[in-house]
Amino acid sequence: MKPIFFLFVMVVAFGVNAQQEKLRAIIQSDAQWYLRDKVLDPSGEYFPDERLLGQGFALFTYTDGDFQAGIRYENYQNVMLGFPTGYQGEGITYRYARIRRDNWDITVGNFYEQFGSGLIFRSYEERGLGLDNAMDGVRIITKLGQGLKLKGVIGRQRKYFSKGEGIVRGIDLNWSTNEALPFLGKKGIIASLGGSFVSKFQRNFDPILNLPNNVGAFALRSTLNFKGFNWTNEWAHKINDPSYDNGYIYKPGQAILSTLTFSKKGLGILASIKRIDNMSFRSDRNGQQFDLFINFLPPTSKPHTYALAALYPYATQINGEVGGQFEVNYMIPRGSFLGGKYGTRLSLNSAISNSIDKSPLDDDSRGLKGTQGYVSDIFKLGPILYFSDINGSISHKFSKKLKSKFTYFSLKYNKTVLNDGVGDITLLENLGMDSIININAFVWENQFKLMNGQTLRSEIQWALADGFRGDMAMGLVEWTINQKWTLAVQDIYNYGHPTTSRQIHYPIVSLIHFNGPTRVQLGYGRQQQGVFCVGGVCRVVPPSNGLSVSITTSL
Amino acid sequence: MKKLIIALSFLSTYHLAAQKLPNAEIINLQGQIINAASIKSKGGPMIISFWATWCKPCINELDAFHDYFIDLEDTGLKVVAISIDDSRTMSKVAPFVAGQAWDYEIFLDPNSNFRRAMGVNNVPHTFLLDENGSIVWQANKYIPGEEEELARKVIALSKGEKINND
Repeated sequence: MKPIFFLFVMVVAFGVNAQQEKLRAIIQSDAQWYLRDKVLDPSGEYFPDERLLGQGFALFTYTDGDFQAGIRYENYQNVMLGFPTGYQGEGITYRYARIRRDNWDITVGNFYEQFGSGLIFRSYEERGLGLDNAMDGVRIITKLGQGLKLKGVIGRQRKYFSKGEGIVRGIDLNWSTNEALPFLGKKGIIASLGGSFVSKFQRNFDPILNLPNNVGAFALRSTLNFKGFNWTNEWAHKINDPSYDNGYIYKPGQAILSTLTFSKKGLGILASIKRIDNMSFRSDRNGQQFDLFINFLPPTSKPHTYALAALYPYATQINGEVGGQFEVNYMIPRGSFLGGKYGTRLSLNSAISNSIDKSPLDDDSRGLKGTQGYVSDIFKLGPILYFSDINGSISHKFSKKLKSKFTYFSLKYNKTVLNDGVGDITLLENLGMDSIININAFVWENQFKLMNGQTLRSEIQWALADGFRGDMAMGLVEWTINQKWTLAVQDIYNYGHPTTSRQIHYPIVSLIHFNGPTRVQLGYGRQQQGVFCVGGVCRVVPPSNGLSVSITTSL
Repeated sequence: MKKLIIALSFLSTYHLAAQKLPNAEIINLQGQIINAASIKSKGGPMIISFWATWCKPCINELDAFHDYFIDLEDTGLKVVAISIDDSRTMSKVAPFVAGQAWDYEIFLDPNSNFRRAMGVNNVPHTFLLDENGSIVWQANKYIPGEEEELARKVIALSKGEKINND
């Protein structure tokens, strides 16, 4: 009753007098009517009993000067296929009040926050995946002068319509050095240093293992910016934290992340390396899937947006990985021979991710519950390749009417790890049992301007794979009828699937209507079974066939 | 609870005369934290565009509009592109923007603080503000040809004409 009363007060109190800019609302609603598809799902195991599933949310944010308050109502009747089934029913899942005055910034209720890049603390939401580990508690931020900023958080994390039992508390100090050391600015240097400590408390009731009630983690970071170069480093350490993820071993965890970039108009370069060892950190040691993560370990690969390349996504291996990435973006200048009137853009990206060294302990055991688990030499690579990706693209605007882009991808995808979820400890005992799929994919995209403000965008994609899903071809046409209506038709033909009965078409038709901040999308489509990722976090999506409607608006 | 109601009722009757962007921490490409409320127009129209390096329509929009942006200098237009790339991809933003040779002002909103305060659900989401900082037009999409429409609106706005959100 209390949350509903709170919502009522907010809407009444704010709705009457608030200016448009002070009160904002986001409303989204999605529904799908599922059709029985005997080719896609012969036994009907994925066909939902409800036939029609729908979900939605409304977020109200009120900002007035130094005060802010917000509330989000969510509704799942029932949750759509592919989302975590923990979302059942309806209720207020997010409400907060925040005040910023003088050197203080205080939030009570729910909040999202991260320390550095999130290696030991990040509470965030990814609505597209149904992921939300918002904190419910108190956050205090204060400026100490001389560029020093202190953040303190305490609370518990959201788990669907309830909260995890573990308490999370953390402190972060960031020092923007330029305020205290003005001579740096004169030399064109911008630098900052930071450090954080996060601890969780969860009582131990295990009859056999002596599990720690409190688990602490700390991290240090630095950023240096000089003449177009930017170098960021972050290092994190977590004390022993036996959990479901690591097989209840007592080894401490470590993570290191270093990124160097260079940016100058027309040229951008990025090089990044990272190493993660046993860094799953949740407020419930028995947590699984996305539940109750305290930290976030960013994957160092490029998230692909073209449909066929996106069928082979990569997500960080939280129990251990070493990887790197290199990327160059360059524009051949406008007006040059190869640049033409509008310039030509080139991009090259490569990424690799591999297992870390996990040698057996002195007693020859490895990964055994209740032990240190393994020994790892940080300068040694493990024997398992998780993922590699080399892709390049060239795009050019030939005239006001025609734009074209060509992209090539060469991927190596460890299906056993990334799709089937087999852990490295299991694979180390059975070396060579994993299956690595080689994929070569091409995308040719064109955009033509037609008469009366209409445009036509087309994509031709072709992916050749030596196993798993097999060869596929795809065509897409998107017709912008006017500024209010768009019609898109696409088809993926999985003609080379190793199983003949799965050599089928996956058509999708969508009609989209736009009106200012409102978007209404109607669609029909067949969804492939697979792993769907947003922002480097992935979930398994079952196959489905059906009609969908999605409405989103901001007020 | 009573106290809360009193506090809220009081706030609801309290107005600030000047339109301002909401308070929210965002980061510039040099890594410095600034308050979004401190973003000011150059005395003319201002576009605030929410985007991400993984969002193709967003990039197409910013790219397509750039050809017009150069010609709209007389209107005093300022374009601010807010990247919602999170800690996974935020380090890519600066080199990516450099490779695109964009002349926009770019900021990072890695934990979506500004995004939520502005009522942005999905990207791309573009706002057109008048010289007083009031939102006169917004769109939660990019479809080819919109850049032309937007450029027309900027010119109309700089001439003091009224803009319809259609």
